[in-house]
Amino acid sequence: MTKFISRLLLVVAALLVTVVSQAQDNNGSTDVMRSNGKIYVVVAVCLTILLGLFLYVFSIDRKISKLEKEK
Amino acid sequence: MLKKNGWKILSLLLLIYTVVAGFLVAVPDLPIIHQSIRNLYFHVCMWFGMMILFIISFVYSIKYLRGFKLRNDIYASNFAAVGTLFGMLGYITGAIWANYTWLTDQNQSLGSVLKEPKLIGAAIALLIYGAYFVLRGSFTDMDKKARVSAVYNIFAFAMLFPSIWIIPRLVGSLHPGAPGSDSGNPALNAQKDLDAGMRMIFYPAVIGWTLLGVWIATLRIRIQLLNDKTLLND
Repeated sequence: MTKFISRLLLVVAALLVTVVSQAQDNNGSTDVMRSNGKIYVVVAVCLTILLGLFLYVFSIDRKISKLEKEK
Repeated sequence: MLKKNGWKILSLLLLIYTVVAGFLVAVPDLPIIHQSIRNLYFHVCMWFGMMILFIISFVYSIKYLRGFKLRNDIYASNFAAVGTLFGMLGYITGAIWANYTWLTDQNQSLGSVLKEPKLIGAAIALLIYGAYFVLRGSFTDMDKKARVSAVYNIFAFAMLFPSIWIIPRLVGSLHPGAPGSDSGNPALNAQKDLDAGMRMIFYPAVIGWTLLGVWIATLRIRIQLLNDKTLLND
């Protein structure tokens, strides 16, 4: 399971990298996060919240699975 | 693991795509609404998710009435609960969106926004589902509770048709899809209502948010099934 989550995070990182590299092509700014009215900051914040929520739901899911096995 | 839980991963990936593409891909710049059209990927998806969850709940209520298996009642009530949560989130996000578009920049009076048929219809629909939970809470007999609330759930689902699907399309509305405006069915009409690029994000977003709702509902169901294990004789 932890192996799986680390793989998942890798995929997310890869996704982010593509977005980031595209942004660099667009305006040649050295600081990606500050380009385009700092919209990437919003994207990063929302992704963090989303990932946090999903990890939380995943952990609840696993706890319930454990309980189901015990009974 | 992947076979059984693949749809949960799919939900995560679709929502990551929704957030990344939803914020970064260019959208048509319309007056008043401007960049806030990106709310389509979030606010509208809450309502689509709500409708799908209510449909699932409705199906389980019918299944309950066909065999009186308590398990189906547990399914129906928890899908309805998560559907109601999505509806409330849709309402709150809609209020924020309306504040910065209709109310301030379009100079609508508060009265005309409150007269908006989709707002009233959605409020009626959510209150009817609210009454479903009040009804459930008022029974002490488990079987009677399941039976009456299953029948009520079918009525509640039937009320969705006039309140959120029919009436808002018959009378003037600030939402897209009203008669007199040049848009037809919002989001679903093939050519004229939704930009093709936005469609590519909107549909995956609906699927992603709905799967998340289904996931949360299954967690609630599994907890309740564990708690009520002794009551289930199947």
